[in-house]
Amino acid sequence: MAKSSLQRSKHLLADPKQQLQVLSSGPFSSGALPTFSDRLKGLNVELKTDKLEILQVNLGYMCNQTCAHCHVDAGPDRKEIMSSDTIDQVIDAIGRFRPNTLDLTGGAPEMNPEFQRLIRAAVSLSVKDIIVRSNLTILESNNDYKNYPQFFKENGVHVVSSLPHYSMRTTDRQRGEGVFSKSITALKRLNELGYGREKHLKLDLVYNPSGAFLPGSEKELEADFKRKLKADFDIDFNELFCITNLPISRFLEYLMATENYEEYMETLVEAFNPSTLYGLMCRNTLSVGYDGSLYDCDFNQMLQIPILGDKRYLADLESSAYSNRKINVHQHCYGCTAGSGSSCQGSIS
Amino acid sequence: MSETYYDPKDLKNFKKITDWSEPLGTRFFEYYSKVFEEGALSAREKSLIALAVSHVVKCPYCIDAYTKDGLQRGITEEEMMEAVHAGAAIESGATLVHAVQMMNKHKKLSH
Ligand code: SF4
Ligand code: SF4
Repeated sequence: MAKSSLQRSKHLLADPKQQLQVLSSGPFSSGALPTFSDRLKGLNVELKTDKLEILQVNLGYMCNQTCAHCHVDAGPDRKEIMSSDTIDQVIDAIGRFRPNTLDLTGGAPEMNPEFQRLIRAAVSLSVKDIIVRSNLTILESNNDYKNYPQFFKENGVHVVSSLPHYSMRTTDRQRGEGVFSKSITALKRLNELGYGREKHLKLDLVYNPSGAFLPGSEKELEADFKRKLKADFDIDFNELFCITNLPISRFLEYLMATENYEEYMETLVEAFNPSTLYGLMCRNTLSVGYDGSLYDCDFNQMLQIPILGDKRYLADLESSAYSNRKINVHQHCYGCTAGSGSSCQGSIS
Repeated sequence: MSETYYDPKDLKNFKKITDWSEPLGTRFFEYYSKVFEEGALSAREKSLIALAVSHVVKCPYCIDAYTKDGLQRGITEEEMMEAVHAGAAIESGATLVHAVQMMNKHKKLSH
């Protein structure tokens, strides 16, 4: 686990501009590796948005954890949080855009005081799939949050939770001491309510590698997770999403500090798989920042790479303006196109 | 010239052995990838066997490659270390079983 956020420790890489500087130099400026745009140009591909299906809303960067590889640089010290007015704009946008999926993320999205209001509004606007990306430990952190699983059930919320490994050692090293046991307790409670067991109560897990390597086969890892979690703790879940670590924020800092950066970028570039381009999440997702600003994805949000075009805030964007917009790419995008590809829903191909 | 006999970058050039003998090299790589496919043993089990053998034959390239392979497959540290111990036990057992030969020879030559 990281001791504190990059921002709190006043690390250079807390600044997205510095991160982009790293991602533009070294092997990419020397020509040893092609930039992501050059790679697309070589294939004659221009990445553009298709139809908006997922509205992914970041409710704030505050989190009860400080995981080592967090791409948000989240932590208890982060104060950025979505205001009530911006939540109103999100509700308004759900009515305008009618997305199939509302994907709530953070930080710990549950820590936003307007979290329940937003979910109730999405239910009344008949959003088909309301996802909460829960870190699990927040559900065990105090009595108020302990009621959240019941609230999730009453509103048919789809829970997507991070669990880097079925072994305590690996999970705690990445996410902090005691995280594994608390996560197991939360998962058991979700199971008791029917999550991961009843058809309409979906509980998915997210796996990301605990270091400078790519995730293996999603199918095989899912089978291992299911077998081990069932045998050791009688835990059930629906799907395992494997997500590649993108070289940004605290993971970028880790790559630099451990001198793994160049080799990791080489691995990503070598594993570039053009067939993933059609399934990239930025083609059907709109990412909303805590202040209502718009991005192609949560990673671009953290790098402060805005969407292209003159409408950069949710309140200003018309639903018709979504499609056919050019996606703003950079070298971190190689993380989404390596091997079987990676998105918030796991592997692409 | 590298300053050590082993250069980690050489692993990337392994495929080049086909340059000097195309048919043998190609057949070797075909055989190699076939061996590690899912079969009566799972690919995961084979990865652990490969890791143990890598240590026994003391190949730094293979140790790097199968440690990474194990991580990607979600193989735990305990499993990796137990696999290496299995290899080490066979290796030390193979040394020690020769002690019987020593004892036999000793018996024959002395009284
Ligand atoms: S729980 Fe999620 S948001 Fe919070 S620090 Fe960990 S990775 Fe970041
Ligand atoms: S990081 Fe991934 S999702 Fe985001 S713009 Fe790049 S390819 Fe698309």
